[in-house]
Amino acid sequence: MSNSIRKSENTLERRDVLKLLGLGTVAAATGSIVSSDALATPDSAAKLISKLSGTSSYKSGKITLKMPEIAENGATVPLTVRVDSPMSAGNYVKSIHLAAEKNPNPEVASFHLTPASGKAEISTRMRLGKTQNVIAVAVMSDGSVHRVSRLVKVTIGGCGG
Amino acid sequence: MIGRKILLAVAIMGLGITIGFTNNASIAVADEAEKRAKDPRNKHFIVGEIKSGYVYMTSQTRDMQDDDFANPAFVWVDTGEELWNKVNGTAGKSCASCHKSAAKSMKGVANTFPRYDPKTKRMIAMQAYVNRHLGEKMGAKKWKWESEQMLAMTIYLKLQSRGMPVKSIINDQNRATLAPFLAKGKKFFEQRRGLLDMSCKHCHEDYVGNMARSNVLSMGMPNGFPTYRLQWQKPGSIHRRFSGCNKSIRAKPYKRGSEEYTNLEFYLIHRSAGLKWETPAVRN
Amino acid sequence: MASKPRVKLPKSVNKGQVVQIKTLIPHKMETGRRKNKKGGKIPRFIINKVEATFNGKPVITADFHPAVSANPYFSFYARVEESGTFKFVWTDDKGGKVTTSKKVAVK
Repeated sequence: MSNSIRKSENTLERRDVLKLLGLGTVAAATGSIVSSDALATPDSAAKLISKLSGTSSYKSGKITLKMPEIAENGATVPLTVRVDSPMSAGNYVKSIHLAAEKNPNPEVASFHLTPASGKAEISTRMRLGKTQNVIAVAVMSDGSVHRVSRLVKVTIGGCGG
Repeated sequence: MIGRKILLAVAIMGLGITIGFTNNASIAVADEAEKRAKDPRNKHFIVGEIKSGYVYMTSQTRDMQDDDFANPAFVWVDTGEELWNKVNGTAGKSCASCHKSAAKSMKGVANTFPRYDPKTKRMIAMQAYVNRHLGEKMGAKKWKWESEQMLAMTIYLKLQSRGMPVKSIINDQNRATLAPFLAKGKKFFEQRRGLLDMSCKHCHEDYVGNMARSNVLSMGMPNGFPTYRLQWQKPGSIHRRFSGCNKSIRAKPYKRGSEEYTNLEFYLIHRSAGLKWETPAVRN
Repeated sequence: MASKPRVKLPKSVNKGQVVQIKTLIPHKMETGRRKNKKGGKIPRFIINKVEATFNGKPVITADFHPAVSANPYFSFYARVEESGTFKFVWTDDKGGKVTTSKKVAVK
């Protein structure tokens, strides 16, 4: 190996190596962030939830959001949201909304239920670009809104490709 | 120059010191690794010293694999079954015309690839064999290695071996012929390559169980392939994985169906003998 | 290729039983934020709506955004009071629809 101190094209700075190691990270996986666009903020997520639910005053206790503590991969993070409700004609969950605080956009999904739903429990899979809170709200037929949030850690894998 | 800086990066990866983590996150990650190690499901996926990639996945990822409905790869299984029954090519036949029920005729076929091809005097992988079969027996057009059809067909075929133990095809009769290819595959596995000057063995034997950032290094077993990879958001072949791994260490990747990757696949299957076939698995 | 959705629900139930319905449809759910090799943006193309009805009456509707993972998995519940047919419709950004139905019998 050459003893020359001169930098040839073959020389890599450590930051370049780390950047190379970083390829195939969550960003590529989610197929989302490639440019440096602004991300959602807790503020924009809160505004979205307020707009979707029609209020900023939330109750807690009836709605739960089950998500992993650490996501295996940000591209596919399973979640289950459940609301304690008899789902009868006079007392049911009208809608459930999900928002993400630090994704490129805070919108995730909205679900519109009916008493025929029988049980207010929904499962799906979402994309998370980085560690962040996911917020779920349930709008009840009596107008009350329940809210819950979950912190999901999204880490960068080392085994891209 | 390069050498030292690369070694530093490798050492950081290899010794499992995760970069850029806050205290909180690294504790959570260590807890998670422990959780996976203690999962009671593990015992069905370990044979002696050999561990399936399953035991390195989170609980949620395992749930996805355990449920044939939740496993997205089963969309491709459905397509595979359709293709099996569909007439294709100038001969006017479908796979079913000759092979009847796949569940019967293809049972155990996962253990027979890669197999020795007397025509080329080399090992031939399942995808390459399917293509040859499509052309010669059916007069049908070939499928690209990672095409929806090829993924669907190879997953469907290997599914028929699910639950069976991986078994090497080498026996006393064919050992003389096959041993050189096994040796080539093993050599590839142990050969340093690329800018990072690493071999498969570094991650998949020497540092198994350690972290490469947030990924736990598995033993690199092939028994779940083609697998649904969360990273790809679709299923992919093992040659695709080889290609990605090689690119990750800045080594030149070889082509799908190349001698190098076919021999490596042959070696990996031999190395995983005893584990059960899980295709289609769900991996990170 | 195959945009064939998968639906899982029981074939026969007791009257008034609440059953879980699982659905999965293959789809890239292209977010619109990825770039192609030439540097241009790959346009957004996702399934943005899933509707489930029973004997013509709405059971549940889901609105999806690009944050929903590829090959969207969606499970929910439905109370079955009478025999009939569940109909599922997936709609994409271009207005394209994929439909499937499943019959349920009340014992």
